[in-house]
Amino acid sequence: MITINEIIQAIFYIIALIAIAPVLGGFIAKVLNGESNFLTPVFVVLEKTIYKFSKIDPSEEMDWKLYTYALLTFNFFGILILVLLQLFQAYLPFNPQGLPNVEITLALNTAVSFVTNTNWQSYAGETTLGYFTQMIGLTVQNFVSAATGVAVLLVLIRALKTRKGNTLGNFWVDLTRTILYILLPLSIIWAVLLVSQGVVQSFSSYKEITMLEGGKQIIPFGPAASQIAIKQIGTNGGGFFNVNSAFPFENPTPFSNFLELLAILLLPASLVFAFGNLIGAKKHAWIIFGVMLFLFVSGLTVSIISEYSTNNVFNQSGLMEGKETRFGIVNSVLWSTATTAASNGSVNAMHSSLSPLSGLITMFNMEIGEIIFGGVGCGLYGMLLFIFLTVFIAGLMVGRTPEYLGKKIESHEVKWSIVAILLPSAVILLFSAIAMKTNAGLSSLANAGPHGYSEVLYAFSSAAGNNGSAFAGLNANTAFYNLMIALGMLIGRFGVLIPVMIISGGLVKKNVAPASAGTLSTDNFLFAILLTGVIIIVGALTFFPALSFGPILEHLLMGEGLTF
Amino acid sequence: MKNQISISIKYLLAITLITGLIYPLFISLISVILFPHKASGSLIEEDGIVIGSKLIGQKFETDKYFWSRPSAIDYNPAPSSGTNLAPTSERLKQIFLKRKKDFAEKNFLKNPELIPNEMLFASASGVDPHISPASAMLQVERIAKARNFDRAKKEKIIGLINSLTESPQFGVWGNSVVNILLLNLALDKMN
Repeated sequence: MITINEIIQAIFYIIALIAIAPVLGGFIAKVLNGESNFLTPVFVVLEKTIYKFSKIDPSEEMDWKLYTYALLTFNFFGILILVLLQLFQAYLPFNPQGLPNVEITLALNTAVSFVTNTNWQSYAGETTLGYFTQMIGLTVQNFVSAATGVAVLLVLIRALKTRKGNTLGNFWVDLTRTILYILLPLSIIWAVLLVSQGVVQSFSSYKEITMLEGGKQIIPFGPAASQIAIKQIGTNGGGFFNVNSAFPFENPTPFSNFLELLAILLLPASLVFAFGNLIGAKKHAWIIFGVMLFLFVSGLTVSIISEYSTNNVFNQSGLMEGKETRFGIVNSVLWSTATTAASNGSVNAMHSSLSPLSGLITMFNMEIGEIIFGGVGCGLYGMLLFIFLTVFIAGLMVGRTPEYLGKKIESHEVKWSIVAILLPSAVILLFSAIAMKTNAGLSSLANAGPHGYSEVLYAFSSAAGNNGSAFAGLNANTAFYNLMIALGMLIGRFGVLIPVMIISGGLVKKNVAPASAGTLSTDNFLFAILLTGVIIIVGALTFFPALSFGPILEHLLMGEGLTF
Repeated sequence: MKNQISISIKYLLAITLITGLIYPLFISLISVILFPHKASGSLIEEDGIVIGSKLIGQKFETDKYFWSRPSAIDYNPAPSSGTNLAPTSERLKQIFLKRKKDFAEKNFLKNPELIPNEMLFASASGVDPHISPASAMLQVERIAKARNFDRAKKEKIIGLINSLTESPQFGVWGNSVVNILLLNLALDKMN
């Protein structure tokens, strides 16, 4: 049975989010707008040094093509360096365990995974990657991949705001300001708080100890706290250790769990309010936030009820399989819901062992495109695509040219929005189908029956949504999955990001028309219902058949007490 | 356009220096000053020898110790892992039934339905350091017998569980739990 204390913890989490997001959002808006803030004196010298060293002209304005080109070039080198670091890690310093060089498909998968903000892990941190690779390679991409998301969001905001313009800002400046004034300070605060709870931050080599009752145990270490802080803040989710935030050194106490949970949704939620401030539509921001919160709380409620319902196979409810005692049931599904709503992908419980309907919620959250808060930056620009679609559909209903924040939404915008929504969906469905039809795909399954298929569907939902969590029974470290998932992550990231840039390039040239009697209001309850409807209908129509073969079937068979 | 390539490389270098090197080292520095014990893994030493970490659960299976939760990796986190078995897994069902029978028999329980579910299912990390106080209480009879404790000493074990029970953090977060390694260390000191 659920306890009162557990209910209080869940409610407290939601209240904390609602209280902090608008305040932090206000600060973020200032930073992104280039205004000076209380952190300016601390970081301004560093900021200018970076520009000078990299020969960046911060006053240079880029059009959408140059901006996209700079972004893609930077991401390309990010992947390249990360692959090289892994391929040659045995020759690099800070590798006290002497971990060998990483195999090439795994190295490629991991590099793509961290650059695309997915942080899917085919590897086990403590036995695959040395401290140098984790710090110099992974921690860096944790920062820049999140900042890249914010940069693209910022481009879309400028496109909506600018009247008949052409340029959309400077990629390098947006990246730098996001890292220095938002991600880095928050990470420092979180890292220190996490160490205070017992998260390790040590360069010591692993210790082999004799347990009290005899028998050997290897205790792993590493500079974990600094990486875990940005992993949570930047919706990255790549664990320092194999079981991610279920490992006691990564998440030792219920309070560290709360801090990490809060960090998952903190920036994605705050960015909604930053958007409202920047664009001068604060009420509209609350509507978007409300829709996200509604979808989040609905998913959470289903998950909690499902976990506490009796599993007829075991005649037990609240199964602790794959969960940690210090967190309990509610904190585990609060996390599974939040981490899939935002494209974080860290876990504090094993999603594969969740009840089928909790598993369904995690998959649905990822499949609708990671827009319930979503990834840092990319969550909101994904949501804005759905808003374009909603405005367009509503416009068709009343027979008027649809407008959003004064900009006309026409075929160009709608066409590219559809591309961005369909590409990841196609990856999920087609790649899963390929895996289910080939030996290379099927030989990795850990569970039989509908759950085995769910493992595959989950993997590609996670890849295309740039989430990174897994039904981890699946042996994903094979050439087949490493390459398929890497491709899925690339399409999931750039198949949305590039259309958003193209849309921005078109929007920025349009005039801002004043609202008229025929304009659909986007800051009332009716709009919230329309938007929610569009999201659920698009998601359900696309994925209901696929989900019914997996978690829904498993749920029904579990009700009969069947096992596989 | 060509310009962006050279900027990318230099920028990556600069940002790697800041976020990949200075940032983690800065956190290490603060950690060493403020929380040296915790940053280095909350290790427990006895007579100068590290016997474990407070945070990492250990394997206990003899009758004279409190048992930890089932583990997918036999308490050796190289690497850490759960079982990832499905809620409809036949394998999990068989393991579950066996655990239930064994736990009830070895602890002299008449009603196996009383066993808290965390003792029957494996943890996420494979090194969960805690169990619930209720699960600890069910093991007292067995431990007292294995150690030839009289009634008074048995009462003391119960006192030990109560004193080592950690209630929700700051009154809000988490459940009441007992750290098994600390409990067993205290148990050994009773003799």
